[in-house]
Amino acid sequence: MKTIEDLQKIREEMQSKISLRKDDGDSIRVVVGMATCGIAAGARPVLEALVDEVGRRQLKNVIVTQTGCIGVCRLEPIVEVFEKDKEKVTYVKMDPEMARTLVSEHLVNGRVVQAWTIGASE
Amino acid sequence: MNFVRSHVLVCGGTGCTASKSPEIIAEFNTQLKNCGLDSEVRVVQTGCFGLCALGPIVVVYPEGTYYAQIKVEDVKTIVEEHLLKGRIVQDFLFKEADAHGVEQSLNNTDFYLKQHRIALRNCGVINPEEIDEAIAFDAYKALGTCLTEKTPQEVIEIITESGLRGRGGAGFPTGIKWKFAAASPGPVKYVCCNADEGDPGAFMDRSVLEGDPHAILEAMAIAGYAIGANQGYIYIRAEYPLAVKRLKIAIEQAKEYGLIGKNILGTGFDFDLEIRLGAGAFVCGEETALMTSIEGHRGEPRPRPPFPAVKGLFQKPTILNNVETYANIAWIINNGPAAFNCMGTEKSKGTKVFALGGKIKNTGLVEIPMGTTLREVVEDIGGGCPGGKKFKAAQTGGPSGGCIPASLIDTPLDYESMAAIGSIIGSGGLIVMDEDNCIVDIAKFFLQFTMDESCGKCSPCRIGTKRMYEILDKITQGKGTLEDLDILEELALHVKENSLCGLGQTAPNPVLSTLRYFRDEYEAHVVDKKCPTGVCKGLVEYKILSDKCIGCTACARVCPVDAISGKVKEVHSIDPSLCIKCGSCIAACKFGAIIVE
Repeated sequence: MKTIEDLQKIREEMQSKISLRKDDGDSIRVVVGMATCGIAAGARPVLEALVDEVGRRQLKNVIVTQTGCIGVCRLEPIVEVFEKDKEKVTYVKMDPEMARTLVSEHLVNGRVVQAWTIGASE
Repeated sequence: MNFVRSHVLVCGGTGCTASKSPEIIAEFNTQLKNCGLDSEVRVVQTGCFGLCALGPIVVVYPEGTYYAQIKVEDVKTIVEEHLLKGRIVQDFLFKEADAHGVEQSLNNTDFYLKQHRIALRNCGVINPEEIDEAIAFDAYKALGTCLTEKTPQEVIEIITESGLRGRGGAGFPTGIKWKFAAASPGPVKYVCCNADEGDPGAFMDRSVLEGDPHAILEAMAIAGYAIGANQGYIYIRAEYPLAVKRLKIAIEQAKEYGLIGKNILGTGFDFDLEIRLGAGAFVCGEETALMTSIEGHRGEPRPRPPFPAVKGLFQKPTILNNVETYANIAWIINNGPAAFNCMGTEKSKGTKVFALGGKIKNTGLVEIPMGTTLREVVEDIGGGCPGGKKFKAAQTGGPSGGCIPASLIDTPLDYESMAAIGSIIGSGGLIVMDEDNCIVDIAKFFLQFTMDESCGKCSPCRIGTKRMYEILDKITQGKGTLEDLDILEELALHVKENSLCGLGQTAPNPVLSTLRYFRDEYEAHVVDKKCPTGVCKGLVEYKILSDKCIGCTACARVCPVDAISGKVKEVHSIDPSLCIKCGSCIAACKFGAIIVE
């Protein structure tokens, strides 16, 4: 038999599984460029690393998704991070290892990895 | 735990299941596996999204991409393009969303924009076969609140204050009904759910049960707590196999979690639930007949009083509410009565689900605040009549309701406004007719239904509906007289006033309302012996225009009764005594030489 506390626990545990379907605008959106240029440059392993790392850390309120060509194909794979009320951060020339660091530094600790941003590379 | 970055929601309602959504789900799983995406993308079977005309529906989150009319062979493209590479497949998009641009969220399309989903809040959002998903969307939260923080009286007060009225047809205030049952003395009481949805064209109860069964179980347990009952029955028609299956799964899962059964949530409150299957008799949707049927007797109504709240099932105090009524309960407890009664009109609060059917583009399920006009529902949400045809009338409330003519299209949909023009909200069936529909034929159709479904216990209904049907049949065959119209009206009023139960009392409504608003069409049938729309076969004649017929013999070859004669390259003719007016010749003629008069 479940108690009210058990019920609340199930509700909370399930949030990370269903939050995708609730568009509350508070989630951090991590977007990977997956156009031909991105895929050719290795965007798919970057996406896989992001998904794996976010899952391993059981992060809530994070959405990992894809988009088409961002426009600077020479800098692919590109990963953009959108947070509510904050400026978009664009990371360029990513690889799976960098993606994992991005999760721990930016998403968990809230520190933008300045060296990998488009501003630093240009 | 794996992080799932995308959810693919596939509609598993009856409509989409019929158009192969289970195969689509299987194909998604296969294709995802092929692409190595099966651990990061999850496929979820949900309840009805509402836009049944465009099923099967597939929605992909987090983007909220809305794909319509998906076929099994389209799945591979969606997986490889959208889920692997992130490119939305434009060709499969719901076209209205497409017109507004790809990024347009589903909720901003015309179909969903004016809707406000309370009863349908979880339909098309959760997997109805997984209790954890329902719990994540707040299922059983209201039950917990009621059992631990509120007295039964307080629960009844909240429901009364919300202004919720019965969604099954009669519109009786739910809180008052509960109050009467709570006030009735006795240790044994019952809570019943009417899921015997029998109106032709209504399918909201089915969709709620298929899409969010836990909402009903929770509300029934709350009702049990409020009136002091420990046993509930869900009376559902056997023709809803999918709804029955999901209800059974839901009850099993809820029992496993201790949310139904003994000592719920450790509070000492017991509430058990059982399903009773109905055999499909329309009259069993009437409350006294329904309870007689649950008791194991032949489903016939009995006179009231005593009302069920005093003497109901097994002679004990009972409340019987409709599925949609229950679907509102937990939401009202969670959000407070003020959030509910701020919607709607002065006397009709909250929202109502309508099942759009007939000559309308967006066939499906819509939930709108009470008081939304018929025009908004038909033109904005429903997309109007297909093929640019003119809207002629709408039948609300199924065979118990009335026909609303185009001139009253700005009438608000609420209990009072509907009653004022001789119709009812009823269960929420809304059948749209265009200029090609014959009103007399429609009235005849509904009367045939009620005549067939009359249980025969009382004579006004048993004999009255039969005689009314005979008069209507006579009119559609061109044998009616003006006197028949008067007799029809008199008989209709008699049946309405003298029948035992709601079935007979409302059966004449289609006749009375069409006589009121479309008398000229009846008169055309009896005086001019013409059916203006050409629907009534007894009143039309097929003719061949001699200046257009070239004697190709195409019509004579397809005529199933050899009513057409004529030599090759000579004008043909139709023998009216043989013609059965099937229309085959019109379809076969390439020169437009055959007309209906």
